[in-house]
Amino acid sequence: MAKDNQVLEEITSKEYEHGWSVDLAADESPKGLSEDTVRFISKKKNEPEWLLEWRLKAYRSWLNMTEPKWPNVKYPKINYQDIIYYSAPKKKTGPSSLDEVDPELIKTFEKLGISLTEQKRLSGIAVDAVIDSVSVATTFKEKLGELGVIFCSFSEAVKEHPELIKKYLGSVVPMNDNYYAALNSAVFSDGSFCYIPKGVRCPMELSTYFRINAANTGQFERTLIVAEEGSYVSYLEGCTAPMRDENQLHAAVVELYAMKDAQIKYSTVQNWYPGDKNGKGGIYNFVTKRGLCAGDHSKISWTQVETGSAITWKYPSCVLKGDFSMGEFYSVAVTNNYQQADTGTKMIHIGKNTRSRIVSKGISAGKSQNSYRGQVQVLKRASNARNFSQCDSLLMGDQCGAHTFPYIDVENSTAKIEHEATTSKIGEDQIFYCLQRGIDEEAAVALIVNGYAKEVLNQLPMEFAVEAQKLLALTLEGSVG
Amino acid sequence: MSTATLNKTVEEKMALAFDQLSGQKNSNREEAFRDFQKLGLPGNKSEEYRYTPITRALEKNFNFEQQSFAKSTITSVEEFLIPQLESNIIVFINGIYSKEFSRIISPDTEIKISDLQSSLENKEALPYFDKYPKTSTDPFVALNSALWQNGIFIQVPAQTKVVKPVLILHVNDAKSSSLVSHTRLLLVLGESSEFTLIEKSISIGENPIFHTFSEEIIIKENASFDYVKIQNDEGKLHQVANTLINQSSVSKLNTFTLTLDGALIRNNFNIVIDGENCESHFYGLYLLKGNTVADNHTVVDHLKPNSFSNELYKGVMDNNAKGVFNGKIFVRPHAQKTNAFQSNRNILLTDTATINTKPQLEIWADDVKCSHGCTTGQLDEEAVFYLRSRGIPLDEAKAMLLYAFAFETLAAIKNEVLKKYLDGLISKRLNK
Repeated sequence: MAKDNQVLEEITSKEYEHGWSVDLAADESPKGLSEDTVRFISKKKNEPEWLLEWRLKAYRSWLNMTEPKWPNVKYPKINYQDIIYYSAPKKKTGPSSLDEVDPELIKTFEKLGISLTEQKRLSGIAVDAVIDSVSVATTFKEKLGELGVIFCSFSEAVKEHPELIKKYLGSVVPMNDNYYAALNSAVFSDGSFCYIPKGVRCPMELSTYFRINAANTGQFERTLIVAEEGSYVSYLEGCTAPMRDENQLHAAVVELYAMKDAQIKYSTVQNWYPGDKNGKGGIYNFVTKRGLCAGDHSKISWTQVETGSAITWKYPSCVLKGDFSMGEFYSVAVTNNYQQADTGTKMIHIGKNTRSRIVSKGISAGKSQNSYRGQVQVLKRASNARNFSQCDSLLMGDQCGAHTFPYIDVENSTAKIEHEATTSKIGEDQIFYCLQRGIDEEAAVALIVNGYAKEVLNQLPMEFAVEAQKLLALTLEGSVG
Repeated sequence: MSTATLNKTVEEKMALAFDQLSGQKNSNREEAFRDFQKLGLPGNKSEEYRYTPITRALEKNFNFEQQSFAKSTITSVEEFLIPQLESNIIVFINGIYSKEFSRIISPDTEIKISDLQSSLENKEALPYFDKYPKTSTDPFVALNSALWQNGIFIQVPAQTKVVKPVLILHVNDAKSSSLVSHTRLLLVLGESSEFTLIEKSISIGENPIFHTFSEEIIIKENASFDYVKIQNDEGKLHQVANTLINQSSVSKLNTFTLTLDGALIRNNFNIVIDGENCESHFYGLYLLKGNTVADNHTVVDHLKPNSFSNELYKGVMDNNAKGVFNGKIFVRPHAQKTNAFQSNRNILLTDTATINTKPQLEIWADDVKCSHGCTTGQLDEEAVFYLRSRGIPLDEAKAMLLYAFAFETLAAIKNEVLKKYLDGLISKRLNK
């Protein structure tokens, strides 16, 4: 046992590897939130009048809303007036090639292991890199352009494709959807926009790296993906953030819109700063993600690996409106030390013959609290709906907690809904089996945890699977309960 | 008009009713009523009552201005008994314990039954009374603690096996007017005792009835308790039954709740496992039709290590019926080696029937085995086809399969006469 504890100590006391900050001159808005802040952001970004109106409308509805109290997380009250809502790396014009990118930035990416130049040449991924809320480099844009795929920063899309933004912005997550979505709608700084035209299968995985850099800056990203009839896109989102002592707020909104026969696959690896081992600092991650299967036979699939953030509040959902549409949610959420995660999904079956599948794997260690909160709703006219949900929890150590809150609401007699959940620790017999075969304890735990999460990790695109496995191992190896 | 203002009027009326208690008022009741006023009647935003439109039903059907002590005209309770079951009988009529109709056949040495109010006055019940209901968390628990009219106190001495079960009949006679009643039970099982309790409610007449019933059950070490609740009222019964069970070490508990009828039934079942090596089984079956709303909320709270709990609730919803299930399992930080299982299975027979289910696990200890499962579906078409291909008509085939689905929940009933009776009720419902 002593050895276990020692190993546990070593691993859990490991400081955040990706913690550093780069000195970039930032162009910031003054602290605090008011209509003026919203106007400031909008003006900074040279936005059209209608978008400013939209932001102001969102801001006004935000004023009348209250912070949700139902998530199973505890944190000190957030002072929304103590946040800088806009900060952008100093730059006169957008870069057209990598040469124009600040060398400091390139270094940052290199530390993260995602050197743009390397990636451009070797992996064939178009990277829309976001540092402190403004897109600084976009690759492979021309190649995508040939197919008619639009993949650019949100602000660029507002300028170049206003008709698309006007049509789809807020169509899946209305501006007043919830407290954080409204806040985001009012002050969102930038994000990514992706449009796949009819019948096009996007030839590469699209990816964006989010990174929070300047201190005290909340990051309010907005992602909008529209897949036209018969198209396919796989989108990767990954994040790491430098070490900070003060809590940082992140309230992103992601909207996916899938037309008839379209397919969107959205994968996330989230490794934001979780706070130190005493629970000090860390990112508050309050995200609204929702996909709408608008057309028949459309499919939206969410995959997430959540290892970071002090507090995670995130429910990637699918609204299955089209007949025969399909929603999927695969999640691994790991919490350690004082992290708190309240995450899950919503599957709303509206169309006929809709199907959904939920696989959620929670792992809690240290003094963390990990909750799964999910809803499966079958409306009256959604005949032959089918859902399968599985949420498993793994506990490591006797001071953490695992919670499951599944809501199942069925109004149609032809629906078939299955839900199962288990909670347990790593079996002593499993460890023993490995030890017996000469596999040391640390490797055994990594093996078992990886096996436990395999079902989800398998869903990740190749490029991400490696990073995800590394992350899992880093957080948990050797943590025998 | 907002519901908030409507709520207020019902609550104000209840306050008037509370004022009329005058003589019976004491600090406990006053505190409970303050808790009730603080909580208010649950609206549709209330997490615990969001699927159960109880507040609306109360606003529509009842006048709470005064505690009603409606007289009943019934002359016999024979027809409400369970045929051939030899049992002690305790009858409440409109919430009042009726000595006249009650019949205790077990000897005094096995069981002591007394009026709760007088047991409190002579301090016999004081060490146990009001220890477990948390009036600050549920408005109806608070309401009952504030307004209860009458109740009984049952004691089973240590090392005693009560051979014959006790049957409690709640007769609510709403022939002449609508009725509101609040009843209370306190049951203490001594060390190493054994006891079976059956509870049945009967409504008479067409007028609406609102009945709250709070039970505190204390099971001491090594005792064993079987509990069966039968809810098949055809009348307009709106019932909130709060059952609070506290288990000590090495005790055994078996419960079965059968819900067949009623306008709106809410069962709050709270089990606190406050001892090691306990074993608890909870079974429930709700076969609903018409416009019945039945809501089972169960909480199993493991405070101590090495206990086992298993919960199985099944439901079949027909017509416009609505079933609600919320099962919570808590495993507290020190309750290591706990095994807790829960399963909820539902069948919807029509598109106008609804099921809202929320199985909930909250676990703070690592060396545990806990699981829950939940399904909603319909009868297996192939199974129906198999039976039909052998000449069994569709309705009969369906009834047969539904019966097989339901029967599993009777597993824990030991008393054969009782089991046969329950089996009869289930078959009758499914064969309509």
